[in-house]
Amino acid sequence: MTGWCTHTGLAVALDRENVDTDQLIPARFMSTPRSEGYGDFLLHDMRKKSDGTPIPDFPINAVPDASIVISRRNFGSGSSREAAVYALVDFGIRVVIAPSFGDIFASNSVNNGLLPARVSEAEVDAAIAKLVDGAQEVTVDLTDKTIRLGNTTIEFTLDDVWQQKLINGWDDIDLTQKHKRAIAASRAQHVQRMPWAIPVQQTNFRSARRDTVSQ
Amino acid sequence: MTSRRLLDKLWDAHEILRRDDGTSLLWVDRHLVHEGSHHAFAKIADRGVPVAEPGLTFGVADHYAPTRGGPATDAIARMIATLASNADKHGITCFGLDDPRQGIVHVIGPEQGLTLPGLLINCGDSHTSTHGAFGALAFGIGATEVAHVLATQTVWQKKPKAMRINVTGRLGPGVGAKDLALAWIAKLGADGARGHAIEYTGSAVRSLSMEGRMTLCNLSIEGGGRFGMIAPDEITFAYVKGRPFAPNDTDWDRAIDLWSSLPSDADAEFETSVSLDASEIAPIVTWGTTPEDALPVTATVPDPARMQGSAAERARNALDYMGLAPGRKLTDIAVDQVFIGSCTNARIEDLRSAAAVLAGRRAKVPGIVSPGSRQVKVQAEAEGLDRIFVDAGLEWVGSGCSMCVAMNGDHVEAGKRCASTTNRNFRGRQGRGARTHLMSPAMVAAAAVTGHLTDVRELLKEREVA
Repeated sequence: MTGWCTHTGLAVALDRENVDTDQLIPARFMSTPRSEGYGDFLLHDMRKKSDGTPIPDFPINAVPDASIVISRRNFGSGSSREAAVYALVDFGIRVVIAPSFGDIFASNSVNNGLLPARVSEAEVDAAIAKLVDGAQEVTVDLTDKTIRLGNTTIEFTLDDVWQQKLINGWDDIDLTQKHKRAIAASRAQHVQRMPWAIPVQQTNFRSARRDTVSQ
Repeated sequence: MTSRRLLDKLWDAHEILRRDDGTSLLWVDRHLVHEGSHHAFAKIADRGVPVAEPGLTFGVADHYAPTRGGPATDAIARMIATLASNADKHGITCFGLDDPRQGIVHVIGPEQGLTLPGLLINCGDSHTSTHGAFGALAFGIGATEVAHVLATQTVWQKKPKAMRINVTGRLGPGVGAKDLALAWIAKLGADGARGHAIEYTGSAVRSLSMEGRMTLCNLSIEGGGRFGMIAPDEITFAYVKGRPFAPNDTDWDRAIDLWSSLPSDADAEFETSVSLDASEIAPIVTWGTTPEDALPVTATVPDPARMQGSAAERARNALDYMGLAPGRKLTDIAVDQVFIGSCTNARIEDLRSAAAVLAGRRAKVPGIVSPGSRQVKVQAEAEGLDRIFVDAGLEWVGSGCSMCVAMNGDHVEAGKRCASTTNRNFRGRQGRGARTHLMSPAMVAAAAVTGHLTDVRELLKEREVA
């Protein structure tokens, strides 16, 4: 994952509350390998008719180059499917601006370089009003947590850890490997305190010499 | 010493280290993987790293598991085969389609004793909060995090705030854990518990069986809470004892000692506290497209004209999708079919409560009943529940996520209305254009009998008279 500091792109309004993960990507597409791209699945059943033809005035159909989405409360609520984030990212979306996000969705977003920027309900109202005549260019700055839309600048809320992660493009597995010794020590102590933390019915495993305790 | 909550005790027991920025690295005791894990296995394959703890990782086929015959499509068969081959490659125990322990991950974890009080449990599924019913720290994670747990058996997480939902009094006849869950979600909103770990307390929670507690914790995420938990007690211990992977004779007493120390201290404080009176809760149904769109079955379809701002607009959209007119009595809404199943409501007690309503009656609409696991199926058949469902005209099928998530081919056709024991009434959740009304298993059974949304208490009264 590569980090980023600023992004300028076209913003579209998705003027709805509770855009849940089942809408972001219907479950039936999730058996597709990621390498095939998930962009076409984004909001599939909202923006395409049942015969697959696009609904022309649906926001992201009208502005296929959009890279910023402004929406309403509880964006990304629902399932833990990271495919919802893949669909946004593969479509070209880099930033979602909303008053609130589903907790798991927000965490998945940051793991894929997608910024979930939280602003107030009033700021969303104002931003959506500005986009009523069509998409507009917006600049998002991760370093000072600001969004520039026309002549207004609004600040967004983002956990400091997530800010650093997005800027640096950190990979958690690399970070964690550095703590290998602390993990091993903690594991030993944990298993001593509660031996049943290793499931007892792992006899086949032990005979196969894959006993996790001895690893 | 400052008083500690269940959340603090569980967190501290799993915290390996905490960074300056407040993020904790937590040890994961059980990692449950289903077919959706293919992204994560691909990620660790790309890096060339092994699964750190195959003995703590368990696989199960559920999301794509066929409930009738074989897999519906090649793509579905491939998802199930990919899970089996990933499990095999990494030495992971997998409850596949040929295993008598197969079922929905949040049903079989507890059933097999993999889920225990005091453990940290992760699964790439938002309903992992179910396992919190045992006093475990259980939460759903995305594919990147699944890959991280596979590679390191740890997870980075910032400690959530703690919310207490205290439910006093007693639930009335015909009212259960599902109604209780929908009641608080309707009250606080679908994001009411965002950023929080919920602990459910109070006499109404204490008197729930483990099945009821699992239903309640399962639905935490529908109110925005990634974690839902209930302190363990005698009911928990009795459920766990003797399960295949539960602690055995020598460890059992030690485990009970440790588990008994988990409940929140009496004077512990919560960042947010909410109180509900169980005796005021009626059987609940949803009318819209998020679980917060829930009302007592005795109510009428809400009128957007009486709402303010974006709520009115959202309600209008929801009613349009659901094909409902404001002001109509909820009990006048006719359904096309019913579904009894899912990680929310497909355990033995759920099937018993639906069967109690259906016994000796005929369903006016078609429907399927999918037990939460093969073990639940065997038990239900031993109790004769399958006969009740079949005699009522419903289809008794295999175990899996089935029509809750519509991944295995089981789905509701566009425009059709389904009374469902599942967890999400989102647009298109049960199939493109499908209209879902969430409710308890007893309420779904009642809707099956009458062909429309029905207050199950009426049908239970008829029984008493008869």
